[in-house]
Amino acid sequence: MSTIKIPPVLRSSVGGEKEVDARGSSVGEVLRSLAQQHPATESQLFSEDGGLNRYVNVYLNDEDVRVLDGLDTSVSEGDTIVILPAMAGG
Amino acid sequence: MASGAEVIRKIKEQIEEVDPKEVHDLVQNGNGNGAVIVDVREQHEFEESHVPGAVHVPRGHLESRIEGAVSDRSKRVVLYCASGNRSALAAHTLQDLLGYDDVASMRGGITLWKDRGYEVEVPRSLTPEQRERYSRHLLVPEVGLAGQMKLLDAKVLLLGAGGLGSPAALYLAAAGVGTLGIVDNDVVDLSNLQRQVAHSNDRIGVPKVDSAETAIHEINPDVTVEKYPVRLGADNIMEIIEGYDVVVDGLDNFPTRYLLNDASVRTQTPVVSASILGFEGQLSVFHPYEGPCYRCLYPTPPPAELAPSCGAAGVLGVLPGVMGLLQSVEVIKLVTGAGDTMAGRLLLYDALGTTFTELKVRRDPDCPICSREPDAISDEEMGVFPDYEAFCAGAG
Repeated sequence: MSTIKIPPVLRSSVGGEKEVDARGSSVGEVLRSLAQQHPATESQLFSEDGGLNRYVNVYLNDEDVRVLDGLDTSVSEGDTIVILPAMAGG
Repeated sequence: MASGAEVIRKIKEQIEEVDPKEVHDLVQNGNGNGAVIVDVREQHEFEESHVPGAVHVPRGHLESRIEGAVSDRSKRVVLYCASGNRSALAAHTLQDLLGYDDVASMRGGITLWKDRGYEVEVPRSLTPEQRERYSRHLLVPEVGLAGQMKLLDAKVLLLGAGGLGSPAALYLAAAGVGTLGIVDNDVVDLSNLQRQVAHSNDRIGVPKVDSAETAIHEINPDVTVEKYPVRLGADNIMEIIEGYDVVVDGLDNFPTRYLLNDASVRTQTPVVSASILGFEGQLSVFHPYEGPCYRCLYPTPPPAELAPSCGAAGVLGVLPGVMGLLQSVEVIKLVTGAGDTMAGRLLLYDALGTTFTELKVRRDPDCPICSREPDAISDEEMGVFPDYEAFCAGAG
């Protein structure tokens, strides 16, 4: 089981939770599991071709999965996945 | 009981004394071997003139400040004073009490140095009023006189005099940043005052650049304020940011943030960036070619529905205060060279849970902007991102 940190803009899609636990052995599986639990997140995370939307940054612990193996990056028990949206407020 | 002169004579027997010629050779070699030359005289003596490149640790503060100046105890440390007595005593302290391995005192002090005709550095100094105003900075070794001088010489550009720009303007003015440029084409509105602390009730309706200038000068009349009451665009950004040492990004929209990134990569200007929404803030430093740029972190902005503005979604009034001051600290570190900046790191602050999360930000070798030479980036591509037209249409 790993923990996904949900950014403020996605919280309404997961019932207001800041963190959601999900199962999976890769980042992709964990995020798919999140999308199954909370279908409203699916279109926000994934593009039509099944990849991550380009504007969604995902970190495994403190490392950007783009410099790891992307959605194939393997996830261990207790890892934290951070979904990070850009914000522009000033 | 031994006389003072006898004590000094005995101590000189226990330490190494070097001729000014040897120290002069060190200076000529640019201290290439890692030696540190330390002036142990009083402040006013140091300010009059000193050996070029010497660091100042007055003997009265030797024990408490030497580690700030020379943290590595195996380094060669050469001390000097006016005539060689105080530095001999200080050398004895470093060697016997503080465990420095390789300490020497310069024989004859700076008096003999000057008699030999060797050059001295005459530092610029602060006025008595500045000395008092910045006294707490002068006490901190990481800032000190040299750092304060850098701040006074620094030109920092604030993009936006709103939630983030307000606290940054006030504290950077107080810190003695010599020139503060402010870009904002808005006027002060009552709804701004919940967080934009550079403005005030009696300045509602006044252009924000003018209101911020008033607030800055109330704190520190020495600061030069350059006002740009314009909307930042592709047509004026290069002209505005050129000449500034650091840019503080407190912008409130994506297109201008991308535009700023591309312009700052071209001018190689570091940008201290923060953004806020609700109870959450993000902070990083984008230092072109030394670290990642904004596009390396965010190749493309989110669609409008996933990127609400503070105007639409609200923000805790104190949050931009926290984030704007974290930005100000980064500015001061960039200017003075103290510490480690947030370049290559992203800080997430969640005010509700009081959590700070740090993420790594990597330079993208395929970044459409910073993987290229600054001269290769054209005016036309600045601020453009995939789906730009649709984004701007969506944002209305």
